[in-house]
Amino acid sequence: MQFGIFSVGDVTPDPTTGRTPSERERIKAMVAIALKAEEVGLDVFATGEHHNPPFVPSSPTTMLGYIAARTEKLILSTSTTLITTNDPVKIAEDFAMLQHLADGRVDLMMGRGNTGPVYPWFGKDIREGINLAIENYALLRRLWREDVVNWEGKFRTPLQGFTSTPRPLDGVAPFVWHGSIRSPEIAEQAAYYGDGFFHNNIFWPADHTKRMVELYRARYAHYGHGTPEQAIVGLGGQVFMRRNSQDAVKEFRPYFDVAPVYGHGPSLEEFTEQTPLTVGSPEQVIEKTLKFREYAGDYQRQLFLLDHAGLPLKTVLEQLDLLGEEVVPVLRKEFAAGRPADVPEAPTHASLLAAQQNKEVVA
Amino acid sequence: MKLVVVSAGLSVPSSTRLLGDRLAAAVGRTAAVDTQVVELRELAVEIAQNFTNGFPGQALAAAQEAVAAADGLIVVTPVFSASYSGLFKSFFDVLDPEALEGKPVLIAATGGSARHSLVLEHALRPLFAYLKAVVLPTGVYAASEDWGAEGLDGRIERAAGELAALMAGLSGGVPAGRAPRAARADAFSAVVPFEEQLAALRPTG
Repeated sequence: MQFGIFSVGDVTPDPTTGRTPSERERIKAMVAIALKAEEVGLDVFATGEHHNPPFVPSSPTTMLGYIAARTEKLILSTSTTLITTNDPVKIAEDFAMLQHLADGRVDLMMGRGNTGPVYPWFGKDIREGINLAIENYALLRRLWREDVVNWEGKFRTPLQGFTSTPRPLDGVAPFVWHGSIRSPEIAEQAAYYGDGFFHNNIFWPADHTKRMVELYRARYAHYGHGTPEQAIVGLGGQVFMRRNSQDAVKEFRPYFDVAPVYGHGPSLEEFTEQTPLTVGSPEQVIEKTLKFREYAGDYQRQLFLLDHAGLPLKTVLEQLDLLGEEVVPVLRKEFAAGRPADVPEAPTHASLLAAQQNKEVVA
Repeated sequence: MKLVVVSAGLSVPSSTRLLGDRLAAAVGRTAAVDTQVVELRELAVEIAQNFTNGFPGQALAAAQEAVAAADGLIVVTPVFSASYSGLFKSFFDVLDPEALEGKPVLIAATGGSARHSLVLEHALRPLFAYLKAVVLPTGVYAASEDWGAEGLDGRIERAAGELAALMAGLSGGVPAGRAPRAARADAFSAVVPFEEQLAALRPTG
């Protein structure tokens, strides 16, 4: 099972000091967080993609390429790549390039984006969101799998005799996750292709996550990719930890109470009861995360959001120490216990390459 | 048949709730109904949090399910600032916009004077028309003075009779066209096969 972190990339004032980091500071902080993730033994770093303030990561492959050059093992991913408003040709090119630079340590998560004006800014219609995701991704797959593509669709200028370069590393397309919070159509899309499905459950109650994941698993089996239990599932989660749980609550509350995503709504206690947010000791984080398996089944990827609510970099790096040293080793052990042997790991470049070579030998 | 009363009254006891109860009792005299009352006052915080969180708390979710599963609704609001109350509107703002499609709805309101009685026509009726409910021809408005005057009983009986008749008619058989919301499969069990979604985007000709 893979463990990692995902960052939204928001520039949020620290409510305890009133200080707002500069864009440069925030970008460098995201890099520092990614490097620390590798240092403490995590598997994945994923960055969001946004095209409006107060967010900085508009150019994910630039950032991930830089991180790739400074890491050895970390898988570089996205949370999410906007399959609706980006040109699928540019996604194909950018991520194939990143694959080569990172020696295959790349996958990506498709998402539709939740900021209405981004669609018109990129010449698209938000009412076509699902259809854009379907058509663009169908083209993206072909661009990675076919050397010469002739294509005509509804939303993009046609392609005749087009070759996307560079070709994917070793002829193996990056593994793709499809992220969706509430659209069954996207679970269906992920199932159809046998791709991964990531439910970003961080603001949602467990019963909703359960239904989305169950739908994806059932449809994954329907399309003949394996049993429902073998489908490739990823989940989110967000935490704030201190060794002593009361210290965690005391320190995080002023951040929670005014954070753009959490604040001015339910109390910290209500929110932690209803959603995956855990504010407490490493043991509490372990306990809550292990429960995800009860409603999502054995799954492949767990990403945590740590750099939220305007926490300073120093604090986030301390969180990573706790996550890497105290939480993830226990989670690896506990999740492995009782996991059926035929539940696969999340695909990586190495496993996809081996699968492709097996297929060639058989043929 | 399931009858749900949505009351946005705030005081305890509340004349808005009283009007809702009298209407429900009148429906019960002419039709066999199980009546459930949704008091929005008790859900006020969860309704506000639904706006900030994006999902309903447990009690609100239960109320939303009850409304979606009802065969008929009685909705009652006090008049605030020349319209329904903000709490009343907020409940319907966080409800699934399809939940009321084809559902008989009796609109009712209370106010301090009869001068606001047309709130039923200029505020409530357009709201429920937008939500594609079947709004009964008779709405019931009760001003303070109506509780001590003749006429309110007659309006209550008339509106309740219309609601009972419509509920019986609609629940007797699924009308042509679209089935009522409660009978339709939800989005999770009625997923459109992916090939169909892809095919719909293919260029023709």
